[in-house]
Amino acid sequence: MEIDPFIFRLSIFILSIFIGYYVVWSVTPSLHTPLMSVTNAISSVIIVGAIIASLAGESNSNFEISNIIGFFAILLAAINIFGGFLVTQRMLQMYKKKKKK
Amino acid sequence: MSPNLAAFLYLTSGILFILALRGLSSPETSRQGNLFGISGMLIAIIVTFLVAESFSKEFIYVLIFLSAGGIIGSVIAYKIPMTAMPQLVAGFHSLVGFAAVLVAISAFLEPNVFNLGTVGNIKTASLIEMSLGASIGAITFSGSVIAFLKLQGIMSGSPIIFRGQHILNGLIGISIVVSIVYLCISQLPHLFWILILISFLVGFLLIIPIGGADMPVVISMLNSYSGWAAAGIGFTLENTALIITGALVGSSGAILSYIMCKGMNRSFFNVILGGFGATDDTAKNIEKKPVKSGNAEDAAFLMKNASSVIIVPGYGMAVAQAQHVLREMVDFLKKNGIKVSYAIHPVAGRMPGHMNVLLAEANVSYDEVFELDDINNDFANTDVAFVIGANDVTNPAAKTDPQSPIYGMPVLDVEKCKSVLFVKRSLSPGYAGIDNELFYRDNTLMLFADAKKMTEDIVKNLN
Repeated sequence: MEIDPFIFRLSIFILSIFIGYYVVWSVTPSLHTPLMSVTNAISSVIIVGAIIASLAGESNSNFEISNIIGFFAILLAAINIFGGFLVTQRMLQMYKKKKKK
Repeated sequence: MSPNLAAFLYLTSGILFILALRGLSSPETSRQGNLFGISGMLIAIIVTFLVAESFSKEFIYVLIFLSAGGIIGSVIAYKIPMTAMPQLVAGFHSLVGFAAVLVAISAFLEPNVFNLGTVGNIKTASLIEMSLGASIGAITFSGSVIAFLKLQGIMSGSPIIFRGQHILNGLIGISIVVSIVYLCISQLPHLFWILILISFLVGFLLIIPIGGADMPVVISMLNSYSGWAAAGIGFTLENTALIITGALVGSSGAILSYIMCKGMNRSFFNVILGGFGATDDTAKNIEKKPVKSGNAEDAAFLMKNASSVIIVPGYGMAVAQAQHVLREMVDFLKKNGIKVSYAIHPVAGRMPGHMNVLLAEANVSYDEVFELDDINNDFANTDVAFVIGANDVTNPAAKTDPQSPIYGMPVLDVEKCKSVLFVKRSLSPGYAGIDNELFYRDNTLMLFADAKKMTEDIVKNLN
């Protein structure tokens, strides 16, 4: 019997949880706020699904319902991607060590 | 583009996201980490376009919505004050949650687009995955909206409790599971809509009983949920980048929730069940005890004559926006050869690391800022502790009084300093609704004023 491809995805998922666990414990507590904003930005990679939904269907016909839902999802995810990465960048710029006199 | 190459590139973007989080292990590497994250996102988006190979009318609209969202997001990112970071993050979580719901809906309506079968005959595994993604996404959305409203002050931060709350939540939780099972058996579209509706309701009911100061846990928890929702959708779309990211974000949020709960010595369930900080019996006869109060002049005098000072900031500093003037004060002290450091409690503020960001904004060098464990032993050798906008995290009752609701919570040992300066607007108890015996100690001087105003006055007196 062949292995269901689902099992491979599940393996990736479980291994990623472990990676996440160890990587996040190594994040310094003073950067926990940027951690939250950057995880927020990367979870917007869900935009991939929104793009697929938007581009579906015959291109010369009218928009289908999934196209319209997809457009809206793209808007939301794009706010998050730009907002999340930029605000993280803005915060990280402020974490500076001052030169000792 | 061949599906194999695309899968490989999605994996690459997943790895770049891991590196983005890895970068946050120190401020030096963090900026580079963020660039990794941005490249990962760019790769994922471009690959999706190349796989779809559809550059028609829809493509134009995709670009329009993408840029519109990009502009809105960038404006928000540049305009938002650092003190509003908790509500910004809550608001962003709600967007991820809602986007997950929308993607799940479109996959349900047109499964053929995503290779999941046909309408009314969707593969069971895909149906489970998209139901979970939609349900968790919906909970994330409505929960984050409530968290946002509470943090923004539009909704009162005090917990909303009613009789039978937990039973109601339990029943709704069971009904979610039941509707997913029936959905898989019957493929009835109504069940899918009902599922989404009750999930919205759960998110709402879950967050209303949780009080303002428990928000660090709530935000971390919603962070985690948004990750699991993304992972659910990732399984539906069979997309590695989304699965990896979902797992990373999910575990990140879970760890932060754990750290926050530990910082308050409370179990996760205790926080989620809510109601903490509800004023049930605060009318416990608060005796009138003598308090020493002083003014800015006294405070300036004390600090000028000290050789070491530790600053303990809390949420009150954020509310009063006192971080900049606080830095000015510290600059004066340092010019006079006084050693100054900052002590930050894990749950100070309304989200993990909130105080660190505010101090960084005020140009405080991050090597002067210490976590609880690293600085707690230094209080005994310090002349002055300057507590600004913090309260419960300094309460010695957590160490001495087993009856206290915060007993066992790790606290900063400020009472071991030679003298304690306490900037506070009034003697009112902190969030936990308990009196702080520190106010009545001989070595405590209360400075009754707005945090910003008082610090400004102290700066004037130091000159």
